[in-house]
Amino acid sequence: MSQRVGVVRFPGTNCEFDTVDAVNELGGQAKVLWHGDSDLGDVDAIVIPGGFAHGDYLRCGAIARFSPIMDSIAAFARNGGPVLGICNGFQVLTEAGLLPGALQKNIGLKFLCCMQQIQFVSTTNIVGVGARVGDLLSIPINHFEGNYVCSEDTLRQLEEENRIVFRYTDNPNGSIGDIAGISNEPGNVVGMMPHPERATSMLLGSNDGSSLIQSLLAAGPIPTA
Amino acid sequence: MSLAPEDASVHRALGLSDEEYENIHGLLGRHPNHLELAMYSVMWSEHCSYKSSKIHLKRLPTEAPWVLVGPGENAGVIDVGDGIAVAIRIESHNHPSAIEPYQGAATGVGGILRDIFTMGARPIAVMDPLRFGPLDDPRSRWIAEGVISGVSGYGNSVGVPTVGGEVVFDETYKGNPLVNVLAMGTLPVERLVLGRASGVGNLAVLLGASTGRDGIGGVSVLASAGFDETSEDADKRPSVQVGDPFEEKRLLEACLELLDEGLVIGIQDLGGAGITCATSETASRGGAGMDVDISAIHSREEGMEPFELMTSESQERMLAIVEPESLDRVLEISTRWEIAASVIGRVTGDGQLRILDGFDGNVLAELPASTLHDDAPEYDRPLAPPDDLIERRSLDASVGPVDCAANLLALLRDPAWVYSQYDHQLFLNTVVGPGSDGTLLRLRDPKTGRETGRALGMSTDGNHRWCHVDPRQGTAMVVAEAAMNIACVGAEPMAVVNCLNFGNPEHPDVMWQLSEAVDGMSEACTAFNAPVVGGNVSLYNETNAVDIAPTPVVGIIGLHPELSNQPPGITVDSDSMIVLLGQQPKEDVSMAGSLWAWEIGGCKDGTLPEFDLVQTVRTAAFVAEIVQKNRVEAVHDVGEGGLAVALAEMAIQSGIGMLINGFDDHRALFNESGGRVIVALSDTNLESFLKESTNRGVPVQMIGRTGGSSLVLGSTIDLSIAELTSASRDELPQALGQGTVSG
Repeated sequence: MSQRVGVVRFPGTNCEFDTVDAVNELGGQAKVLWHGDSDLGDVDAIVIPGGFAHGDYLRCGAIARFSPIMDSIAAFARNGGPVLGICNGFQVLTEAGLLPGALQKNIGLKFLCCMQQIQFVSTTNIVGVGARVGDLLSIPINHFEGNYVCSEDTLRQLEEENRIVFRYTDNPNGSIGDIAGISNEPGNVVGMMPHPERATSMLLGSNDGSSLIQSLLAAGPIPTA
Repeated sequence: MSLAPEDASVHRALGLSDEEYENIHGLLGRHPNHLELAMYSVMWSEHCSYKSSKIHLKRLPTEAPWVLVGPGENAGVIDVGDGIAVAIRIESHNHPSAIEPYQGAATGVGGILRDIFTMGARPIAVMDPLRFGPLDDPRSRWIAEGVISGVSGYGNSVGVPTVGGEVVFDETYKGNPLVNVLAMGTLPVERLVLGRASGVGNLAVLLGASTGRDGIGGVSVLASAGFDETSEDADKRPSVQVGDPFEEKRLLEACLELLDEGLVIGIQDLGGAGITCATSETASRGGAGMDVDISAIHSREEGMEPFELMTSESQERMLAIVEPESLDRVLEISTRWEIAASVIGRVTGDGQLRILDGFDGNVLAELPASTLHDDAPEYDRPLAPPDDLIERRSLDASVGPVDCAANLLALLRDPAWVYSQYDHQLFLNTVVGPGSDGTLLRLRDPKTGRETGRALGMSTDGNHRWCHVDPRQGTAMVVAEAAMNIACVGAEPMAVVNCLNFGNPEHPDVMWQLSEAVDGMSEACTAFNAPVVGGNVSLYNETNAVDIAPTPVVGIIGLHPELSNQPPGITVDSDSMIVLLGQQPKEDVSMAGSLWAWEIGGCKDGTLPEFDLVQTVRTAAFVAEIVQKNRVEAVHDVGEGGLAVALAEMAIQSGIGMLINGFDDHRALFNESGGRVIVALSDTNLESFLKESTNRGVPVQMIGRTGGSSLVLGSTIDLSIAELTSASRDELPQALGQGTVSG
């Protein structure tokens, strides 16, 4: 169980309170962690939420990886702690080297905010508890740089190690292999471009994101090699 | 200080008339120096002083028991119950966007957000009514693309969702686009702060970006004069500011923290007229004076002249009035958010605004703070209807190349290409987002985040075609359209903000349009019991001495009292009944001011269709109620393009066809007679619904049913959903760029 969730706030992050609300709504206890503090406190899981950490200046996530909290998050992840990066959080995780590849500008060179359908490809990770491969979810995307790229070797490795967590059913941004989310090898670090916290109420059009956050709350630490 | 008698060319170059100069001379009892003159010129500019429009704006209704702050402050504020207040404001950034589309639009968003957090509110929504020249004009496309990217680039990054707006293309805006931006925020009622400086000895702290040479004279050079071919508009580019959304985001969070901790007495954003405006406004509102040390202003470059520091419109700056003992904590919070903070002023008791070089240094300017505002000129400019008004109104706008099916395809336009570039979901409030009649946002307690079970309905609306034909009735119809739009998401109107975009006020017919529009707005706002709580006037919207069509834009806000599910929206089921609510026009209804007349027929004049305001208020109230009670499957306002366009939008959205009886000519299909709404409901509910509408005094008519894969409208239109969909969705991506690989 990972009931206590730390939600990281960089200057420029903007989805931190939405994420806190969604976690609390689903029975967790979320607290905001300041990027300048290196003490994570007694949290069971980390979410790096969406937004524009440090204005996305230079390159998305390129400055955020140097914030003091990132070393602690890397250590937390090495010990199997669940870490979920959403949107800008995914970008930060790739810049920090916790996930492979990179997110470049959408192929249409426009920001895109819309509902998107994604499909579970792998469930052996912190967002896949209770899910089945092939499950379809409607979850909004909201990004300019969501076009996932990696080397052919990395792509092959991701496929062989069953680390592609989601694929888009109708690729909106040009991502290689229609990839919407990936994990590290043990499955305790996941990055995804769609925003599960925005899909937690039928009033807002979908609650397909709730199961992912519930999964995060249910997943304990995953043993790492 | 040296006081040389002025050379007339100086004040004229600053945009002041000889008479205004004489006024300043009289107020000071001496000739002003250059710095003082520069300060008066920005504060007495049309943009800051509303000198041409003030006399008319006084006729607008501004009061209601729920209005906490009306026009004249940074934003209007209403009490929406449960201890929650809503701050709302609309602004224009038309001229900067014409010159430098991306930055013009971006800084428009930044400026309006500061107006909201100045009141103590966290901004939670932006809406952007945008108007551009025609899509076949390359420059207009460049402007549109840049403006939309600017709203997207700044708004998304600063972290406030853009939840609605409009996008209009018309010849009248070629060369002079209209970029209006509305922002809304919520706050606990008790946190309401006003831009006031009080308490002698308190400090004025300048927060945020450093002051540079950008935007000097923006209000007087750019916003208060038109464009023409002879003046080199490119030379005005340095008067456009450059925005930094990341700076704004940190500034916003820092200011909200200062407010949360109760550390500020008053706070004021720096927008038009920069430090001059912020220091004099806070001082004069607080009945105080202020000493300002310009050497303390953190500036972007060395050697800036005092008038540059005092009138620069560099973005992302705020002025906070704090008690000396709070200063350390204020600086601590600023440091945490990595924003600069300098003590640049001290509140004094003598009502004088003194600009000093060092608090104990030379006096560079000294004037009574209130004279910059209270003594600004007020003009009763000559007004007259156009000479050919009677002739124009006698024209028949229904003539033209009628081919109803082709006309319908030509009039459809899906704005999704625009709003999919905006984050419209942040904060998890967006129950109904852009692309619908009205926007609906969950209303949550700004302190606890707890849901109230209620929601805010919002819409922005303008219609230059109606207002060109008849600015008075046209404006009343615009307000009614806004009210009907929020009724379609279940909200009842509470307040209106307006952005009055007009041409050159020195043209008597423009002043007549403005005056008529104010009267039309007054009538409609009174009828809907929705007072005007704030606004903005943008004049001199002209190119080569041709004024834009009058374009008053309103933003409306209202409450949905009990939100348990999503409102029905415009999606229909198969085998549903289609019912039209509202007064049906006669067969020979006028087409004047309709989209059809302007885009297809070619006649832009005539006399608007009859408009029954009282009936429309009744219909809107009924519509809000049936939406709240979930009585219908679908609901859609009939707006521009008339019934045919509204039905086509429903069919496209649903992917389901319709068979509609009657409506056999272009008048019936495309007229824009106001106050009508389409609803869809099941067969079994039909009879009781018809009866209830009639009992409630709302005219009602069954016009057809849903089903199949074509839209069959009377005897003239039979189009497949596929044809309609591609006509509607392809136009903007084809003109402005694909944006997505999947469409």
